[in-house]
Amino acid sequence: MSQKVLLTGKEIDIILHRLACQLIENHTDFKNTVLIGLQPRGIFVADRLKEILIKEYGINNLKLGYLDITFFRDDFRRGNLPLEANKTIIDFVVEDKQVVFIDDVLYTGRSIRAALTAIQSFGRPLGVELLTLIDRRFSRHLPIQPSYRGRQVDAINNERVQVNWGNNTAEDAVYLIN
Amino acid sequence: MSELSVNHLLGIKYINQKDIELIFETADHFKEVINRPIKKVPSLRDITIANLFFENSTRTRLSFELAEKRLSADVVNFSAASSSVKKGETLIDTVNNILAMKVDMVVMRHPNPGAGVFLSKHVGSSIVNAGDGAHEHPTQALLDTYSIRETLGGVAGKKVVIVGDVLHSRVALSNIYALQKQGAEVMVCGPKTLIPKYINELGVKVETNLTKALQWCDVANMLRVQNERMDISYFPSTREYSQQYGVTKSILEKLDKEIVIMHPGPINRGVEITTEVADSEQAIILNQVENGVAIRMAVIYLLASKIK
Repeated sequence: MSQKVLLTGKEIDIILHRLACQLIENHTDFKNTVLIGLQPRGIFVADRLKEILIKEYGINNLKLGYLDITFFRDDFRRGNLPLEANKTIIDFVVEDKQVVFIDDVLYTGRSIRAALTAIQSFGRPLGVELLTLIDRRFSRHLPIQPSYRGRQVDAINNERVQVNWGNNTAEDAVYLIN
Repeated sequence: MSELSVNHLLGIKYINQKDIELIFETADHFKEVINRPIKKVPSLRDITIANLFFENSTRTRLSFELAEKRLSADVVNFSAASSSVKKGETLIDTVNNILAMKVDMVVMRHPNPGAGVFLSKHVGSSIVNAGDGAHEHPTQALLDTYSIRETLGGVAGKKVVIVGDVLHSRVALSNIYALQKQGAEVMVCGPKTLIPKYINELGVKVETNLTKALQWCDVANMLRVQNERMDISYFPSTREYSQQYGVTKSILEKLDKEIVIMHPGPINRGVEITTEVADSEQAIILNQVENGVAIRMAVIYLLASKIK
């Protein structure tokens, strides 16, 4: 197994700041916008973006929720392992809001398809956008494209793109694992 | 994620503590789902479930049906009163005929103890026991202990007394297994005639004085007197029973702590508990009903995930 660094911590930080600015450009004060981090890994990107938006751009009253799509996936009983559910936390109204889904890697598009169905359980959004840190080109199973993308990556199917969020000992990085 | 160690839920006796934990963790997610504006997920849209009720039931059948529909399963209902069972058909024939219509899972209530175990050995589909005679009622015990976990923060180390008609109660036996597997201390309380002879083999305390039992416990699970299963008289009169084993507000006020009151339903108000107690803050009876749907969704979801 070999791995190659696609993005360093510094590059991820620059990209997240750019994505935050693009969000502000389209949503101004976020009065009618809610951010939804997709479980399990999109929530890390969402948390970072929220921090940047509040601390560095003074966006107050930002609404961020987490959405788990496990029970909406189309591969139930098709894999060897059971699907693992995570917490959904949405304690605000979604009806008539601009929803921004946030995920780490956009691959086949099936998770986003599931998320589009799952969010309907909470109401009818005015519109839905997708923000993704990594967009794996040429691997989509469904006609889904991001509204905001951090970096586009050309990876073949047996390669894996992994986003590691740093802790005290390691820094953030995105790897291409073969 | 781990999976259940069993392909059927026939009784708490046949599952382990890890299975119970997995069911509870999954039920936590489903409890959030059933509190959404749209309370439905599409997970089981290619699964068909038959609810076979050879014995009367209102809330259990409703709860199972709701759980199945919330998971988007196709549901067929069968009740013995209006079926060919009346014409002399055997249990296996009835079930095999239903399974021939491509049913993936069977939820069954039957008056005979062991009916679920028997069926699981003869048919290929996944079986959920919704009560078999005076034997087991596993989903009731799961939702009862889940409600204790939710109210008191855990089950381990808690003292739970099961009061009333233990002899005829499948809820009591399943609760004893479920509580013990999760590390709780269990006591049964009731007239000696309604305590089964084998009770000592189950490793539970026995008490015939209600006040002493309530003083000892953190949770009191009040059972209904099952008149329909009584072929002889087990106590002199309902009035005398309620005087000795009915929980009233005044008994609870005399205790030096606040205990949790549970009841599997249907309640005979004024017999095992008074209306005042049933509707009090201490009673979590309606929480049990809500949790019942989440627990049954979890059980069905986890068993269905093993159907290939």
